[in-house]
Amino acid sequence: MRSDLSTGRASDAPHYVSDFADEAVVQIDSVKLDERRSNLWIDAWRDLRRRPVFWVSGVLILFITVVALFPGLFTSVDPRFCDIAKSNAGPEAGHVLGYTRQGCDVYARIVTGTGTSLSVGLIVVLLTSVLGILFGSLAGYYGGVVDAVLSRAGDIFFSIPYILAAVVIMSVLSAHRNIFVISLAIGLFAWPSTARVMRAEVMRVKNADFVMASIALGLSRFRILLRHVLPNAIAPVIVISTISLAAAITAEATLSFLGVGLPNSIMSWGNDISQAQATLRTEPMPLIWPSLALIVTVLSFILMGEALRNALDPRARARR
Amino acid sequence: MLYYLVRRILQAIPVLIGTTFLIYFMVFAMPGNPILGLFGDRAPNPALLERLEEQYQFNQPFIVQYLNYLGNVLQGNFGLSFSGQSVNEILARTFPVTLQLAAIAIVIEIVVALALGLISGLRPGGIVDYFSLGFSLLLISMPIFVLCFIAQFFFAVQLGWFSPTVGANTSIGNMLLPGIVLALFVIATPIRLARTSVMETSRSDFVRTAYSKGLSRRRVVPVHILRNSLIPVTTQFGSDFGLLIVGATVTEGIFNVPGVGNTLYQAIIRGERPTVVSFVTVMVLIYLIVNIVIDLLYAALDPRIRYAK
Repeated sequence: MRSDLSTGRASDAPHYVSDFADEAVVQIDSVKLDERRSNLWIDAWRDLRRRPVFWVSGVLILFITVVALFPGLFTSVDPRFCDIAKSNAGPEAGHVLGYTRQGCDVYARIVTGTGTSLSVGLIVVLLTSVLGILFGSLAGYYGGVVDAVLSRAGDIFFSIPYILAAVVIMSVLSAHRNIFVISLAIGLFAWPSTARVMRAEVMRVKNADFVMASIALGLSRFRILLRHVLPNAIAPVIVISTISLAAAITAEATLSFLGVGLPNSIMSWGNDISQAQATLRTEPMPLIWPSLALIVTVLSFILMGEALRNALDPRARARR
Repeated sequence: MLYYLVRRILQAIPVLIGTTFLIYFMVFAMPGNPILGLFGDRAPNPALLERLEEQYQFNQPFIVQYLNYLGNVLQGNFGLSFSGQSVNEILARTFPVTLQLAAIAIVIEIVVALALGLISGLRPGGIVDYFSLGFSLLLISMPIFVLCFIAQFFFAVQLGWFSPTVGANTSIGNMLLPGIVLALFVIATPIRLARTSVMETSRSDFVRTAYSKGLSRRRVVPVHILRNSLIPVTTQFGSDFGLLIVGATVTEGIFNVPGVGNTLYQAIIRGERPTVVSFVTVMVLIYLIVNIVIDLLYAALDPRIRYAK
């Protein structure tokens, strides 16, 4: 601990009085100017950097991002070049993970598919965060009729499991399947969970003393929401966004697997898994590799979300 | 209790109308005539097209179509599937199978989640706690179809413990593998929640009182801790039910279980839009009803809920 209390015990002389802290009296009224700066974010960072889970998932996410941005660094094989003669062939030099049923390079397809998964994840999170923060903060901050209307609207979207909703949207939009449409289809029904978290947090923050002080200073209500309530209520949204990103990647793969996701012209792990299922019993590897890529990516974001939750949620911290 | 029940059911009505409206609107607003799909690549006979449009009421304005549909749904009539079969007939045939699959999955889920949650909540930081943390994180990261394939490949194809597909024989032994897979798909959150809940309950005053009045651990754990930890786990089950529905759709499709989910799965794969819409609507309705039931169960488990609302 940081306490500077030193006991005034003489080393070998016998004493009959209990230990005495002589410096404490001096310090009682003094303000510690050298106290380290502290707020939620600094505390969270101090907590995070001590966690191996944060570093492991952080490095993985960084690596996945680099693969997504520069697939050329990791493979020079054209993922669209397929030689049917090599259908389901095993690994060979230059093609470390072997070939798919159509004779395409499994490794190159996985590397190229990373960008697709990550883009869908990011667009969905952008969408759910914007909608969730907007609806959640307005409902939580203004309460009353605004809250009732916005929360019921959220309930309606929330009561349709978002993958089922996306299945309907995507099967209707069969002619226009691309990364944006699939992200929209997932995000349109996934935002209410972000909104619920945001609403609860805004309702907690708006009763804080500093909000009361801003009201007393005569700031307008909307300005208080923007400048004081939102920045202090955003932490749980960051946690849930990290986890939504993982969920969105899973949702895209599931939709592509079902055949209502991305067309085969777009590299996607879900499509590759779907293609490989026909020969699962004899040749499982073309199915296992993209599945593994999917699991590792989703797991990295889930772990990051867990680490952030532990660092940013004061209740979780108190529990330890 | 009666007041709460009536209130809860009244609250569900706008959500019910809203969700069916939303699904119906999405399909209606999208381009393309679904009837043309019935003809495949051939040009339709105009007279037949008109007759079919009349039969499916596509020539009516949107709101009339929707109200007709809602009226039918309220009378328990879910319309026709793509191939002209009544959705009700398909439901009558497939629903019991899905119910059986879901029951197997839920029983496994509850038993395993409570056991793991209880042990890891009573001894946080122990071996079981770390195991169940790793186990649930891994399961959360696995999409349902990957889970299905892994189970199918290792336990059915390689080890031969189960039959790889279910088919017409829907005995419990045959449905066990898809049941386990479905349970694993939804089990992660209940494990974590049961753990947190047990940890919090163990610290509460009434547990300390129970110990200090001399009750043995064997009595306190099941009666005082477990029972009071059940409440958050039960409510969470409601929102996880959506996951169960999605999971059942894919699991039934991959393991060829002749249930509601499989019907939806086949319809999605074949692009049969009207069947997809009717079955998604049916599933959303089931989801809403289950959530109401769970809310009522919640109120029955915890008397505080009834008065608070």
